[in-house]
Amino acid sequence: MSKVGSRTLGRRAGLYASVFALISPAILVFLWMLSLAFKNEVDNTAFPPVFIPNPPTLDNFVQVFAKNDFLLYAWNSVVVSFGATGIALLIGVPAGYGIAKARATRAALLILVARITPGLAYLIPLFLLFQWLGLTGTLTALVVAHLVITIPIVAWIMIGFFEGLPAELEEAALVDGATIWQAFRHVALPLARPGITVATILAFIFSWNNFIFGVVLAGRSTRTLPVAVYNVLTFEQVSWGPLAAAALLVTAPVLLLTLLMQREIVAGLTAGGVKGG
Amino acid sequence: MIYSPGTRHQTAAEGRNAMGTTLTAAAPTTARPATRRNYARRYWPFIVPAGAAVFAVILFPWLFTLFMSVHDWHIGGGIGFTGPANYLRMLTDERFGLAVLRTLYFTALSVLFPMLLGIAAAACFHREFPGRGLARTIFILPMMATPVAVALVWTMMFHPQLGVLNYLLTTLGLPPSEWVYAANTVIPTLVLVETWQWTPLVMLIVLGGLASLPTDPYEAADLDGASAWQVFRHVTLPLVWPFILAAAVIRGIDALKAFDTIFVISNGGPGTASETLNILLYLQAFSFYDMGYASAVVVVFFALVLLITLLMLWTRRQATL
Repeated sequence: MSKVGSRTLGRRAGLYASVFALISPAILVFLWMLSLAFKNEVDNTAFPPVFIPNPPTLDNFVQVFAKNDFLLYAWNSVVVSFGATGIALLIGVPAGYGIAKARATRAALLILVARITPGLAYLIPLFLLFQWLGLTGTLTALVVAHLVITIPIVAWIMIGFFEGLPAELEEAALVDGATIWQAFRHVALPLARPGITVATILAFIFSWNNFIFGVVLAGRSTRTLPVAVYNVLTFEQVSWGPLAAAALLVTAPVLLLTLLMQREIVAGLTAGGVKGG
Repeated sequence: MIYSPGTRHQTAAEGRNAMGTTLTAAAPTTARPATRRNYARRYWPFIVPAGAAVFAVILFPWLFTLFMSVHDWHIGGGIGFTGPANYLRMLTDERFGLAVLRTLYFTALSVLFPMLLGIAAAACFHREFPGRGLARTIFILPMMATPVAVALVWTMMFHPQLGVLNYLLTTLGLPPSEWVYAANTVIPTLVLVETWQWTPLVMLIVLGGLASLPTDPYEAADLDGASAWQVFRHVTLPLVWPFILAAAVIRGIDALKAFDTIFVISNGGPGTASETLNILLYLQAFSFYDMGYASAVVVVFFALVLLITLLMLWTRRQATL
């Protein structure tokens, strides 16, 4: 009896030890980010390193806002991510429905190809196109480019979602004389709300995180946050504290969203293996 | 995103005719293809806007890339038709060849380690334990965090003199590493970051597979007195295998396309020691402004990604465990 008990206890301990080992690299990196962001410059370059900020300082954050147009970049990021996600929803949700209903495998395949294609493959032609149209360095160009990320994510998640919905309800609506559009608008769409939530969150996050499109297409005043952190901060101020503080500010919205919506995010990622760019 | 969505619900549309009413028993099989097509056509208006968008931002770039790849096209210079010259140039371009080899080396390691760790993690998170939800959320944070932000923190951690990683190594009695500052350690170091970042995606996909396991085969195996190893080898593994392969395919594609972390952390250096195809492409296009050659490299790069994807999908079809 006690032998069995100690064995299960041992297995329990083993499980906890493995879980701890698995999550500790994530914890360490994010804690170090916090530590760098809240330490003063002397402590940040001290060796051996100082781990706990004592006393914690907000100077790094003050510097980020004082020396850069951080709010402008944040606004750019908000405009681009919301814009690209919104348009992707308008286009991608009906497309997901159409593909699921018509079982247009080839259309789905095209979305898959978009997922496989390296981001730079879009960027070179889009860069030349925007230059020709005089749109280089505008937020419009960035929103359009980000559609490359957001539309496939939204369409793919919605295909899976609409396929999973029972067809009977729409059939009943169609029998009762509803048009196909009404069946979509009033039956399928309300049922698909959880799927739309998942698609919105993931499209937004991967658009927010995107770096490569902004690096090439953004101008001085239209940089999104990831580009601004890389471009401005790394070259114009090499000190670690403000850099870590800025990095923290850039990624904080995404981390908070993940913590708050973890159930939806896990569902969406498990279904699709989605990743942008 | 590898499963073809058309395969999952084969029955959904088959019971309906063009009017959308439910057919009861015997629909004449000869009429079926026509009605199916009609039925599908009604849904085209839903797809058209996406089709237009896909054409504008996805297909157009592709056609344009193909066009550019057979031209000598420098920004600020003239444009001239050169035929296959850009492609032939790759054959003799040593920098391109090395970039291909580096990309394959980086990809192989960046599939292997996340797969091993991801499968182990999925096995852990499949078990019930208090705090599982929180632990799982923390575990997936690396893949959700902004890659550039995280890459900057890694850069500071890799600093040979002041970085925290060398401090930790020496505290443990291990020799310090040059990390991204030496040619022979830079790619393994970048693989470390890639593994840190993308193991969660492998875990989630495999975890999804584990969650979908039916219970019947386990009861049968239990009745037959199978050992734990036999159950794992002959029940669990064959059932989860498709998910593992799907995860490997996705990981392979993403590793081939890796850009942000390499660009920010090492920028292809030291020298060209970590210059993968994607980095080379970026330099050719946006530092040297050689759009024609860059486009040809894009075409070859995409062919490589497609080839490896198909190869992995083919293995998936072949492998029946």
